[in-house]
Amino acid sequence: MIDPELASQAVRLAMGQGATDAECTLAEGEEFSAQVRMRALETLKDAGSRRAGLRVLVGRRVGSAHTSDLSSAGLRQMVESALAVAAISTEDPHADLPDASELGALSGDLQLYSADILSIDTPARIQAALDTEEAALSWDPRITNSEGASFNAYTGVRVFANSRGFLGSYRTSSCSLSATPVARQGDAMERDFWYSSARSHSQLESPLAVGRHAAERTVRRLGARKVPTQKVPVIFDSVTARSLIGNIFDAVEGDSIYRKASFLEGKLGERVASGNVTVIDDGCMPGLFGTSPFDDEGVPSRRTVVIDRGVLQSYLLNSYSARKLGLRTTGNAARGITGNAGVGHGNFFLQKGERSPEEMIRGVRQGLYVTELIGQGVNVVTGDYSRGAVGLWIENGEFAYPVSEITIAANLRQMLMDVEAAGSDLEFRGSVASPTVLIREMTVSGS
Amino acid sequence: MSLSDSFFGQKFAITEHDLESYLSEALRAGGDYADLYFEYLATSQLSIDESIVKSAVQGVSLGVGVRVISGDRTGYAYSDDLSPEKIRKAARVAACIANGPSKVDKTGFQGEGRQRDLYPVVTAPNETSLAERVELVKRADRAARAADRRVFQVQASYADSLRHVLVATSDGVLSTDRQPLARLGVSVLARDGDGPGDHSAQRGYSGGGGRVGLDFFDTEKKTPEHFAREAVRQAIAQLAAAPAPAGEMTVVLGPGWPGVLLHEAVGHGLEADFNRKKVSAFSDRIGQQVASPLCTVIDDGTIRNRRGSLNVDDEGATTQENVLIEKGVLRGYLFDKLSSRLLGSRTTGSGRRESYQHIPMPRMTNTFMLAGDSDPEDIIRSTSRGLYCVNFGGGQVDITSGNFVFSASESYLIEDGHITRPVRGAMLTGNGPEALKHVSMVGHDLKLDEGMGLCGKEGQSVPVGVGIPTIKIDRMTVGGTAG
Repeated sequence: MIDPELASQAVRLAMGQGATDAECTLAEGEEFSAQVRMRALETLKDAGSRRAGLRVLVGRRVGSAHTSDLSSAGLRQMVESALAVAAISTEDPHADLPDASELGALSGDLQLYSADILSIDTPARIQAALDTEEAALSWDPRITNSEGASFNAYTGVRVFANSRGFLGSYRTSSCSLSATPVARQGDAMERDFWYSSARSHSQLESPLAVGRHAAERTVRRLGARKVPTQKVPVIFDSVTARSLIGNIFDAVEGDSIYRKASFLEGKLGERVASGNVTVIDDGCMPGLFGTSPFDDEGVPSRRTVVIDRGVLQSYLLNSYSARKLGLRTTGNAARGITGNAGVGHGNFFLQKGERSPEEMIRGVRQGLYVTELIGQGVNVVTGDYSRGAVGLWIENGEFAYPVSEITIAANLRQMLMDVEAAGSDLEFRGSVASPTVLIREMTVSGS
Repeated sequence: MSLSDSFFGQKFAITEHDLESYLSEALRAGGDYADLYFEYLATSQLSIDESIVKSAVQGVSLGVGVRVISGDRTGYAYSDDLSPEKIRKAARVAACIANGPSKVDKTGFQGEGRQRDLYPVVTAPNETSLAERVELVKRADRAARAADRRVFQVQASYADSLRHVLVATSDGVLSTDRQPLARLGVSVLARDGDGPGDHSAQRGYSGGGGRVGLDFFDTEKKTPEHFAREAVRQAIAQLAAAPAPAGEMTVVLGPGWPGVLLHEAVGHGLEADFNRKKVSAFSDRIGQQVASPLCTVIDDGTIRNRRGSLNVDDEGATTQENVLIEKGVLRGYLFDKLSSRLLGSRTTGSGRRESYQHIPMPRMTNTFMLAGDSDPEDIIRSTSRGLYCVNFGGGQVDITSGNFVFSASESYLIEDGHITRPVRGAMLTGNGPEALKHVSMVGHDLKLDEGMGLCGKEGQSVPVGVGIPTIKIDRMTVGGTAG
């Protein structure tokens, strides 16, 4: 495993060469993937790599560099390179590191690493992928083809050190199972997919469960039609609702706030959503993908209520956007390996409500249940929202037929106000999570 | 160029003997084919925000990927350490995919036949002084701020890379290439009022680049000032925009970047991996009419200095011009080596990968529609009611159903043959094998994009180009909010 001390060495080297502050990130990762298709192994990938990144301040000038060469010569070259780019940057009065008093790490076991990932050998991993695909292929005779199934595993280490005395590191692991079946009816083909991912192998859903769910999602798309253009209630299933919640993150992250590039800028303390909307960012929840002991500037992760029953309570900030806004960092710094930190999230989710998805569907006389969104088309500056959608048409509280080749559109400002219900089905399948969401009205564009 | 004169020969003293021994190691458990992809990548990114050069990053990355193919199975491993023992270890891991005696008859490497250089850039942008490059973002920032007082945020970013690659394969290919790439982008926000809480702000975005030298940005209509003014023009035009209409209507696409339609509606569905697996809406449709007879669509990796061009693809194969659709009839797919082996075809020079850590797959290069003979003005005049789209964000396609979407970032209503009012938030959706059948006019004004395109597939990003003349599509679904 990578020696965390290398990060401190790079920081000291930079300070010795004229930096007034420095921060260094090291990352090491091992990836494995087994892909099968039509009941046979197709691809095996197994490899690892390491990287180092450095950001230096020379007064208020900033420079960054990164390298895949972690030898002492490589680190020296990285330091020189970062100092060289700092020399051509402009003084930025807000450039700084977090204050020493803000630095630290959560203690205790956050369950980010589980050795059981490594206890499964390659033949067993391939078998898991084969079983997942088989479960999908044998679920329904209309599943006639497959884009395959895969088992992926990852283990990694992340180290961060800075010139204000911070040195921390943590290991992570993850594994996932997924399947992408293809169904045919006449000339028309449809595909969909399903997956399970977890930090521990023991928490992964079974191949049977993943494969069958993938098959169900695929088969129900067959026979899709277009619907006439109209305004109707729209239900986002828990998968597509995640992307909607992701749009809220884009609108509350500090960089877009200080640049006045968000429709939620200047709205702290104001009602921005219906009372059914409570959005939380929590980087401390054990075992989840959005959890870490400290952010990418060495500030401890925390729990922040972003929207409380419709009222905007907090933006999510790194130290830079906090200084720009005259606020304090919320421990949300994020970056790859180098460069100025951006803003990221911990586990960012919409709080669940009382009603089950089935109850929500039953309450809709005529509307759309969205199961897939494609394309961009979300403008966080204006809130304009227009995306390609696939789903099921609801008539009198029941699914009537599948729909595709349509778009749904509205403005996020109004959509947030129009959230009539958040479902009871909140699950953390990734670092953004949401239950099923019902929006009072959107424009569905079709024929 | 001989190996000893190449980047990897010079800098890492790699010899043909070394390459052969690594390939032998990769094939020791059997297999039909093996290849090595050495990559050295130097990158720079500079950005200005609030008139401050806040971020400047330089990086280097080095590694080798080893692939073994056995039947339709692929084993892959990589190393960021070029020591012989680490490369041999990666070769042994990749070899795990195969079992049985090797079927490969190794015959040594053929000399490199390639003479052409599609990007003869003596000094790559990455090799110039940082001070020279940082001027580009500063000039863009000044020009955007000077262009209109309603502009209140300007971000300009410049990025370049210089990639040295060496590909060695068990079927005798030994290729080297030096691939420069640069791009400059300007993003602005403008608004009518200036109080907080005024949310009529609109974004404009422009830029350009290619496999070019820094002097590219001194040429007419490629300067930082030009891109800055173009970004401002878009943002200001959008200030007056009304919500886009919803429903089916005639759509006219302007020339250039709107060619992203071809990339989404047609291009991805013609990548041979999807067709080998028969999961594309275009599978088994070679020879069928999939577009109006006015449409001829080409993917060409050989256009000089273009962002999507390559002397050799990432499997060492020479790139070429590939006719995808000829007068509306589907002619061919885009092949990498694996797909061409399995389908008994030849590679079309379309095997690409993001880096040494990635397995190559069939990808597009520069995808465009040939010019027709209509006057663009006649195309507008012939449209009684429709949408005229001149700039787009990104798009996405579901290659199995063929359904695609792409979002217009600048569009106008056409009423009674005239471009009237700007509209915002328009999303176009359609079905790949159907959409182009409704093309009723093709302009004589083919234009390639400015050189900013990035295509994502299965987690791998590669630079691409698109192009299209002005075209009229009689029927397409527009997703907006207005009735």
